[in-house]
Amino acid sequence: MTTLLELDGISKTYPGVRALDGVSLTLDAGEVLGLIGENGAGKSTLMKVLGGVVPPSGGEIRLNGRSYDRLTVTEAQAAGIAFVHQELNLFDNLDVAGNILFGREPLKGGPLRLVDRKAAAEQVAPLLRRLGADFTPWTSVAELSIAQRQLVEIAKALATEARIIILDEPTSSLTLSETARLLTVLGELRASGTALIYISHRLGEIIDCADRVVCLRDGRLAGALAREDISHANMIRLMIGRDLRALYTPPARPPGEGGLAVSGLITSAFPQQQVDLRIRPGEIVGLAGLVGSGRTSLARALFGIDPPMGGKITLDGAALHVRAARDAVAAGLYLVPEDRKKDGLVLDMPIAENITLADLPHYANAGLVDRGAERRAAEGQGKSLRIKAPGVEVIAGTLSGGNQQKVVLGKWLSMAPRIILFDEPTRGIDVGAKGEIYTLMRALADKGVGILMISSDMEEVIGVSDRIVVMHEGRISGTLQRDAFSEKAVLRLAIGQDGEAAET
Amino acid sequence: MSKKELGLALLLIVIGGITAALNPLFLSGVNLLNMANLIGLFGVFSIGQGLIIITGGIDLSVGSMFALLGVIFIDLLVNYELAWPLALLVVLAMGLVMGLLHGLLVTRLKLQPFVVTLCGLLIYRGIARYYTNDGTMGFGYAGNLDTLTWLAAGRSFGVPHPFIILMVVAVAMWVLLHRSVFGRYLYAVGRNEEAARHSGINTNAVIAGAYLIGGGLAGLSTVLLVFYTSSVSPSSFGNFYELYAIAAAVLGGCSLRGGEGSILGIVLGTVLLQILQNLVNILGIPSSLNFAVMGSVILLGVIADQQLGRRKQAKVLNRSQAVAVPAE
Repeated sequence: MTTLLELDGISKTYPGVRALDGVSLTLDAGEVLGLIGENGAGKSTLMKVLGGVVPPSGGEIRLNGRSYDRLTVTEAQAAGIAFVHQELNLFDNLDVAGNILFGREPLKGGPLRLVDRKAAAEQVAPLLRRLGADFTPWTSVAELSIAQRQLVEIAKALATEARIIILDEPTSSLTLSETARLLTVLGELRASGTALIYISHRLGEIIDCADRVVCLRDGRLAGALAREDISHANMIRLMIGRDLRALYTPPARPPGEGGLAVSGLITSAFPQQQVDLRIRPGEIVGLAGLVGSGRTSLARALFGIDPPMGGKITLDGAALHVRAARDAVAAGLYLVPEDRKKDGLVLDMPIAENITLADLPHYANAGLVDRGAERRAAEGQGKSLRIKAPGVEVIAGTLSGGNQQKVVLGKWLSMAPRIILFDEPTRGIDVGAKGEIYTLMRALADKGVGILMISSDMEEVIGVSDRIVVMHEGRISGTLQRDAFSEKAVLRLAIGQDGEAAET
Repeated sequence: MSKKELGLALLLIVIGGITAALNPLFLSGVNLLNMANLIGLFGVFSIGQGLIIITGGIDLSVGSMFALLGVIFIDLLVNYELAWPLALLVVLAMGLVMGLLHGLLVTRLKLQPFVVTLCGLLIYRGIARYYTNDGTMGFGYAGNLDTLTWLAAGRSFGVPHPFIILMVVAVAMWVLLHRSVFGRYLYAVGRNEEAARHSGINTNAVIAGAYLIGGGLAGLSTVLLVFYTSSVSPSSFGNFYELYAIAAAVLGGCSLRGGEGSILGIVLGTVLLQILQNLVNILGIPSSLNFAVMGSVILLGVIADQQLGRRKQAKVLNRSQAVAVPAE
């Protein structure tokens, strides 16, 4: 068997983060390599290195007998590497052939450079036949289902005569039968000598299609499994098993009564699922799950950004109807959003104006802002949260990630929080500021605030939470009490395996 | 005064100085008062336009609103013999209602402001022309308008009333935009609507509020303009005035992306536009070149501003990149 691709000691460091640390692997023609690992293990970074999007900081890539320090996007494409992404990159407004041949359309009409639609269809039709597609080259992509679009993406890869196709969570939006068909297509591609890298959290699919499995953990190669060793138990064993530092500070007192009670909540992202959840005053509830499992949708529903489509919410026993974020804010239910630059802050505004934004009428007389009171409140928050800035008139966008997050926090802490939902509160924040945010969350809880912390960082979930709730595909797949915390237990629930039944 | 406003004021002085040097008549009392009158007329609705642009929107309909409200106003006074305070109230109220309608279409139905107000431009002009059979409407022999005429077109201490009205409107709007809760929300919504929504602000109400105010100021401007021309010919009255307003706002530092701009800037922008118009007349430049001169100055101003903005952006970017961390 010929080796198509060899990675040797690939590393990638970002300021403060080692995303990849000496990863080596090989890929042969006609094999399917399963790539697994937790959120943040380095899978995406590794794929970006292969696609030429991110230059590695060290190591060597050998492709078709040539070796590279780094690939450019053009080199990667020329070497026959193609991607099928989780989010599909298709033009809705073009037809199938237009998408597959984008940028390489057959031309006619000489200097007029018109697209030869007939020739395009003739090029595309055999590819679609090979994939068993039930649509024509002229079908508009807007009319296709997600599974059909996936086939278009694969046809696009085939049209460039890709010899290595990387599939990143290709089945996350597919039904079971669509998944089965995709796996059949992949089997045929493999038989024709194409090499595939299959990234998925769905271990069942990996068992079905992979010839070999490679696992990343914390940017390092955690291990590999040969065909006969691929099993749920072995894969989970590889994915977990790092040392978790002791972060945990126990609460000052047991959680109180009341708090937030959610029953039968339906979010617009998962209309067929219902969610029950309880957050008591004084406790930190970790909400774990894979990316796309519905955690953020749940938080956005509770906060009224995408108002719930059904279900009941009560706060300290009183019914809470959330139709817009202002209803939640008025009740003392706040959200620290995942994307603080987009949703959390007005980046072009000063720190002070960001901190008072949600409670501005409180700082106003007869509709006019009392800028002295505003400044004092902002300075108070700046001091207690230790925001590092020369003054509160500094534009929020110029601060570091950790300090920006503190400004978002300051906005809510200057009010009267009862429940705070944190969505990935420490993403993109350096280690020191992380610790400060954990301390703050605990202090808030001890003051009687109920806290929900969405996190993809296993260390954080296990180290900070008093209780862990795990979501899988829009539903709560389980709850763990502190004595049952383990990476394995969380991961099991996150990939939708309840209990020991999965031990095969 | 921000740097932008300072630059604009400097530009005003330079252009004014050059014009005065070429033709001393520029600084004559008659010419200055005439300019002040025009600045007042154009400034009031330019401020409304500016508020809408700060939300990230635009109002293309003001010129046609002048035609429609203008013929209705004269009709009420002349043919229905309505008392002038009532006619004034009706026109102001209609301006507010039209503005609110634009605001609701933009926020509730999520239509693009450009499209909503473009349709307004066409519809109002069409109705105005149909309403009068395309005929010009004047005051004729309508009596009892002396007070209103004096209010809208008279002078106090030699200063034309439209200019005084602009000063009053500008001060009120300055307080509203730069000191009030609503003004802060307006900037927040224009700069980052999502973050404003995540702070519990009723962003739809804020945006609709800007259109409401813009409509009200357009109603007020209608009355001033009607008394300036003392008749309304519905096919040409107010033509292109929306573009003057947009030009003044953009010159004054409003970004069409929203979130930027100031009342002082918009007023200075209006002043600059009127000086340019005046300069064309007073320097004997063919008046057919009027628009070309205006367009060139705006283009140069925007290019200069863009270049300065890019340098500032680069500085901010450098600082924030030092702490950037990858997203997995």
